[in-house]
Amino acid sequence: MNASNANEAVLQYAVRLGDDALILGHRLSEWCSNAPFLEEDLALTNVALDYIGRARMFYSYAAELSGDGRSEDSFAYLRDCREFTNLLLHELPRGDFAFTMARQYLVDEYALAFMQALQDSTDPRLAGIAAKAVKESTYHLRRSRDWVLRLGDGTEESHRRLQSALDDLWGYTDELFEPDALETALVEAGIAVDSAALRPAWDTAVRATLDEATVAVPAGDWSVRGGRQGVHTESLGHLLSELQFMQRAYPGLQW
Amino acid sequence: MMTAPDRIPALPAEEHERRQRRAASAVPALWDLLDGVKDPEIPVISLWELGVLQDIEQRGETVVVTITPTYSGCPAMTVMAEDVVAALQAAGHEQVLVESRLSPAWSTSWMTAAAQDKLRDWGIAPPGCGSADVAAVILCPRCGSEDLRKLSEFGSTACKALYQCNSCAEPFDYFKPI
Repeated sequence: MNASNANEAVLQYAVRLGDDALILGHRLSEWCSNAPFLEEDLALTNVALDYIGRARMFYSYAAELSGDGRSEDSFAYLRDCREFTNLLLHELPRGDFAFTMARQYLVDEYALAFMQALQDSTDPRLAGIAAKAVKESTYHLRRSRDWVLRLGDGTEESHRRLQSALDDLWGYTDELFEPDALETALVEAGIAVDSAALRPAWDTAVRATLDEATVAVPAGDWSVRGGRQGVHTESLGHLLSELQFMQRAYPGLQW
Repeated sequence: MMTAPDRIPALPAEEHERRQRRAASAVPALWDLLDGVKDPEIPVISLWELGVLQDIEQRGETVVVTITPTYSGCPAMTVMAEDVVAALQAAGHEQVLVESRLSPAWSTSWMTAAAQDKLRDWGIAPPGCGSADVAAVILCPRCGSEDLRKLSEFGSTACKALYQCNSCAEPFDYFKPI
């Protein structure tokens, strides 16, 4: 990679990590005033804030790298569906509480290991963002794992809902561990995380948790991908129409 | 008979450096001025005591203030930056720039012992010397009991968890160690 290619590659990498964080943060924020009880309302929205803050840090870095006057808001509010490169798992509708917590647990196991690895990036800015994220994800994982156990060995209904959520989510997890050309090039440069290398530890941890929660590990007989290429489920468009409404309706609006 | 100190006064290297920066600063009056800027959510401790205020420099006509965010999405960070600008401008410093520094990541271990006492007096159980991985001993800020139950991993803000005391029934925020 020459210097300008490398700059553009890091920019794209920062944007995709920002997309992951923004989209999941938005999904979590949808629980605001809708959670099953007050403490969970606070917890879900606090986790949402952590993710939205993470998105801002990645987008701000991308905006600086672009050097063309774009801001964090340009990335969040002024791109269309096909330009978002988040992993599909993050954009799926929030579903019921079991679905939200099952997704969060699968993401948290991944995010913590990912951010731990990104702390060693040769890019100091990415490493700095990761160091903050590690501390937050440690708390996220503790809570989401607790909920998976509690729902799994809770009532017949909570067990059924958790199992059904996992069955619906499982096919979206392969994509987490499939580096594309951009990521591979950045891994070689010591900048990006080799996500494929995270799989064995993730598998072990998730299987152990699901066993303890007395739910079955899904069969894994289907799998979809496309987020990193901008090929999304239909739900992302609906999400963006809400997320971006103010900027689209009132261009240049500032709070 | 030897008695154990109630706190081990070990200081992380980055916190030692932060205190050195203040001690060796060319603009000590500005540090003193910003001691008046408090956490908007916890108005008993200053940005300095919280560990957020990292550096103050005079660059030409501009006062440059460096702060470190507590949590990635903490909405209070914006208010803190605005309050820093307002305090300096009220003292006649027209040009103020607030810069954010991510690394090293903010840690509750930078909080002074005095600040931890102020938190407790305000009704918030302080983080002590724990970390995100290792919980510290938590005591009810009202009655000092260790007999507690956790209500939620997250409290009224990202930096806190919600607990209740089984002895005096007081529900309270616990400032999470990170």
